[in-house]
Amino acid sequence: MSEHHTHDAHDDHHGHDDHDDSGSHSTFSGYAIGFVLSVILTVIPFWLVMSGAITKSGAAGLCLLGIGAVQIVVHMIYFLHMSSKSEGGWNMLAMIFTVMILVIMLSGSVWVMYHLNTNMMPGMTAQQMHDMP
Amino acid sequence: MSEITANSGAHGANDSSRFYVTEHHPENGTLLGFWLYLMSDCLVFASLFATYAVLGRNYAGGPTGSEIFELPLVALNTAFLLLSSITYGFAMLAMQKKQVKATLVWLGITGVLGACFLSCELYEFVHLIHEGAGPDRSGFLTSFFALVATHGLHVTFGIIWLVTLMTQVGKHGLTSANKRRLMCLSMFWHFLDVVWIGVFTFVYLMGTLP
Repeated sequence: MSEHHTHDAHDDHHGHDDHDDSGSHSTFSGYAIGFVLSVILTVIPFWLVMSGAITKSGAAGLCLLGIGAVQIVVHMIYFLHMSSKSEGGWNMLAMIFTVMILVIMLSGSVWVMYHLNTNMMPGMTAQQMHDMP
Repeated sequence: MSEITANSGAHGANDSSRFYVTEHHPENGTLLGFWLYLMSDCLVFASLFATYAVLGRNYAGGPTGSEIFELPLVALNTAFLLLSSITYGFAMLAMQKKQVKATLVWLGITGVLGACFLSCELYEFVHLIHEGAGPDRSGFLTSFFALVATHGLHVTFGIIWLVTLMTQVGKHGLTSANKRRLMCLSMFWHFLDVVWIGVFTFVYLMGTLP
């Protein structure tokens, strides 16, 4: 940080002007690759469901989620220009933190609510519900 | 403040250089801050996804996902949003080449595609509500409308932002402030596309499965 500040102010300013172009380093080929990949990754799940290749949730549903996750990563890399170097690594750090929170929150709430359902709904008869305080 | 002392040390006691330094701030600070906002937006959507995961099968005797979802319409919507993502990318490329006209044209196409997406979604909502499958019908539909409509609202505000920026770019050209704004909107727009991947996979495709 301190070496940054001892730079001449003029140099710094010009450096940043270039930076906001090179910072995103978007190229036509990058967008094209990202677009083609995401079209493929969109068409596959739609085809699987609409053609009736998948009829049950379960393992096949997880496969859909997996394709979706891959497509999200493709978008992150090619459209949002995520890399470990963007914004000096702070982008990546913030995203890892968010993903961590998301995983805890999503898996936690689904897990808890799933158990609530299995523990309460099936075993409970109308009489039991009526007797509840 | 430390910048002033460090710099005045290097330059001697020069008042003009001191003034210059206080103006200086890291160019990418805004982008990082905007990224942090997007991450917090992620949490909003994650809560809505979690709600849908919990309530998504509580039909309360009402219609199920496979009965009301029209996958061709969803596929069309997905195509609109995907195409708008790549056209926004082209706008960014034109911006890098400092072509004001091309930037505006690509931004305009992006906005039109976004509007097509929105009108498809509104058509779907109106259709569902007329069929009696409104958000008050069951837990499934409540969580469905909450999630999809929140995404739709984001797209709406994205379009408003986009039109504002088109006016700005048309008036003032590709100044560095406008470039920064375009890059923020780029992140916002691509982020909405990422959220839509979650929506069509988890809500529509998996909701259609029994």
